Amino acid sequence: MDKYIEMIRIRFLMMLAYRTNYYTGILIYSINIGAYYFLWSAIYGEKDAIEGMSVIQMSTYVAVAWMARAFYFNNIDREMAAEIKEGKVAVELIRPYNYLGMKTMQGLGEGIFRLFFFSVPGMAIVSFIFPLQFSADWTTWLFFAVSILLSFLINTQINLLTGITTFFLYNNTGLIRAKRVVIDLFSGLLIPISFFPVWAQDILRFLPFQGISYVPSMIFTNSFSNNEAIQAIIMQGVWVLILIMPIQVLWIIAKKQLIIQGG
Amino acid sequence: MNDAITVRNLKKEFKAYSSRSGLKGAFRDLLTRNYKIVPAVNNISFNVKQGEMVGYIGENGAGKSTTIKMLTGILTPTSGEVIVNGMNPHKDREKFVSTIGVVFGQRSQLWWDIAVQESFRLLKKVYKVTDEQYDSHMAHVIKTLDIEPLLDKPVRKLSLGQRMRCELAAALIHNPPLLFLDEPTIGLDVLVKLKIREFLKEINEKYNTTILLTTHDLSDIEALCERVVMLDDGKIIYDGTLKSLKEKWGEGKEIEFQFLEEVDLSDLNKITASSEVKWEKDDKEAIFTAFTEDNDELISLLIAKVVADLKVKDINIKETSTEEIIRNIYDRGIS
Ligand SMILES: Nc1ncnc2c1ncn2[C@@H]1O[C@H](COP(=O)(O)OP(=O)(O)OP(=O)(O)O)[C@@H](O)[C@H]1O
Ligand SMILES: [Mg+2]
Repeated sequence: MDKYIEMIRIRFLMMLAYRTNYYTGILIYSINIGAYYFLWSAIYGEKDAIEGMSVIQMSTYVAVAWMARAFYFNNIDREMAAEIKEGKVAVELIRPYNYLGMKTMQGLGEGIFRLFFFSVPGMAIVSFIFPLQFSADWTTWLFFAVSILLSFLINTQINLLTGITTFFLYNNTGLIRAKRVVIDLFSGLLIPISFFPVWAQDILRFLPFQGISYVPSMIFTNSFSNNEAIQAIIMQGVWVLILIMPIQVLWIIAKKQLIIQGG
Repeated sequence: MNDAITVRNLKKEFKAYSSRSGLKGAFRDLLTRNYKIVPAVNNISFNVKQGEMVGYIGENGAGKSTTIKMLTGILTPTSGEVIVNGMNPHKDREKFVSTIGVVFGQRSQLWWDIAVQESFRLLKKVYKVTDEQYDSHMAHVIKTLDIEPLLDKPVRKLSLGQRMRCELAAALIHNPPLLFLDEPTIGLDVLVKLKIREFLKEINEKYNTTILLTTHDLSDIEALCERVVMLDDGKIIYDGTLKSLKEKWGEGKEIEFQFLEEVDLSDLNKITASSEVKWEKDDKEAIFTAFTEDNDELISLLIAKVVADLKVKDINIKETSTEEIIRNIYDRGIS
C-alpha cells in the first residue's frame, strides 16, 4: 500500500512543478460557472422553481458540479495513450505494481491536489460573487464526500477503459475526445439529469454517467432526500463494481497481445 | 540448477503492415491491410549462468531488444520457453520483476518532472527496500556513480550522461541478482562510459550479479564480457568466448605504414604482388594498411619488400580489432 500512497505524493510534486496550469484553470472554471449562472438566471426569470429546484439551488448546483469536476476529472486516458504510443509502458510493466492501480493513484493525487488548491479556494471565491447555499447538515456533507469519491472512481474507471483501447486501436484521440463530451453532457455537469426529457432520463438511469456529476451535485444542493441520496450512492457503488469487469478483461487481453513500440 | 536465464527455441513474430501507395491504396488500406509475418527472434536457445556477464550483440534490427523484452516478460513469445531466475516471466509478475533490474538506454524510467531522489524514494517503496538495505547499498552506488550532486535536480534538466548514471542507479535500488542493460552506454562520453563499466564490474564481483548487455560499442564488450552471443536476423550465429571469436575470425594481422614520399595504392599492390595482401588507404592521415595472414615469415617478408622500395616513416603491426572482426562478420556472415 505504501507504494500507492507514495505515488499520490509524487503526483502532488508533479502538479506543483506545473502550478501555473492551475491558476489558468481557476479562471476558466470561474468563467464557466459565471456563464452558466447567468444562463440559468435568464431561464428561471420570474419562476421560483423548475423541476423542484430553486434558482439558488441551481446556481449552487452549477458551482459545485464544476468544482467537483476538478476533483474527479483527470487525463489518465490521454496519459495512457501517450505512454502506450511512445512505448513507455514497457517501463511500467517491469515494475512490481499494478499499472492500472498506479494510474488510479496518480489520478487521485491529482484530484486531491486540485480539491485543496483549486476547488476549495475556487468555491470560496465563487460564493462571494454568486448567491450560493451551503447545507448546514453534516449528513449532507458526509453523503457528498462518499459520493464524490465514488464519482472519482467511476470517472477514472471509464478513463482506464478508454486508455486501454489504445492497445487495440493505436490511435484513439477521437475516442478520448468523444468520451469527454459524452461525460460532460450525460453526467449532468451542464444540465441536471432531471431536466432531460423523461425518455432520456430512463435511458441514462441504466448508464454510469450520472454517478459522476449529477449525484454528488444533487446531494450537495439538498435536492435529494436522505433516502434518495443513499439509493443514489448505492447505485454509484454498484457501477464501480460492474466497471471492474470489462477493465480486467480488456487488460488481460491487451497484455497478451501487447506490442511495445520502438527499440 | 543455478542458471539465471534459460531460453529454449524462443520465437517472436511481428505482423509487419505495409501501406499501399497512392490515394487509392490508402482507401484500400482502410478495408484490408497488407501484412507479412516477420520473425524478429527466430528459434534461439541459450543459457546464462548466475554471475556471468554476457554481451548480446548484433546489427540494428537483429532482434536484441525484442529478446530482452521477452526475457523481462514485457512481450509474450510466439513460441518457445523462457525461464529467468527460476520463474516464467509471465507468471507471478510482481515477484518476478522484483528479481530483475532493467535499463533501456533509449527510454527513461525516472519520472521526468520531479527530482531524481523523489524517483528513488518511490522506487524504494515500490521494491519494498528497507532503510538499512537502502542506506548500505545505495550510498555506495550513489558515490561510485558520482550522482550525489544530481539528486535534487529534475530529470528533464539532466544531460544524457548524467541521466544514464541515475537510470543505472535506479535499476539497482533493489539490488537485483540479474540486470538487463539495453544499450546503456549509447551516446555517452568516454569518461562516463569508463565509470559505468567500472561500476558494472564492481557489482558483478561484489554481488555476483548476472548481467546481460546489448551494445553497439564493442569496447564495452571487451571491457566487461567474457562471453558474447551474436545475433543476426533473429538467429544466434555465435555463442562463446570473445577470445575464441577473435582467434577464429581475427586470423589476419594489420600492418600500418606511413611513408615519407607520395605513394599510390597501385604501387604497393605491385610491390607485394607475389604474396596475398590486401591494401587499404586512410586518406586523411595517409596511412596505408596491409591486411595479411598471421604468419611471421610472411609479415617480415612483406615489410622487407616495402622497405626496400619506399622510404618509410612509421610502421605499426596490429592484431585485427574486435570491431574489425565483427564488421567482417556482419558484412559477410558466418559460414
Ligand atoms: N512493434 C513492432 N512491430 C513490428 N516489427 C517490429 C516491432 N518491434 C520490432 N520489430 C522488428 O523486429 C526486428 C528486431 O527489432 P529489435 O528492436 O529487437 O532490434 P535490435 O536488435 O534491438 O536493434 P537495434 O540494435 O537497432 O536496437 C526488427 O526487424 C524490427 O523491425
Ligand atoms: Mg534495440
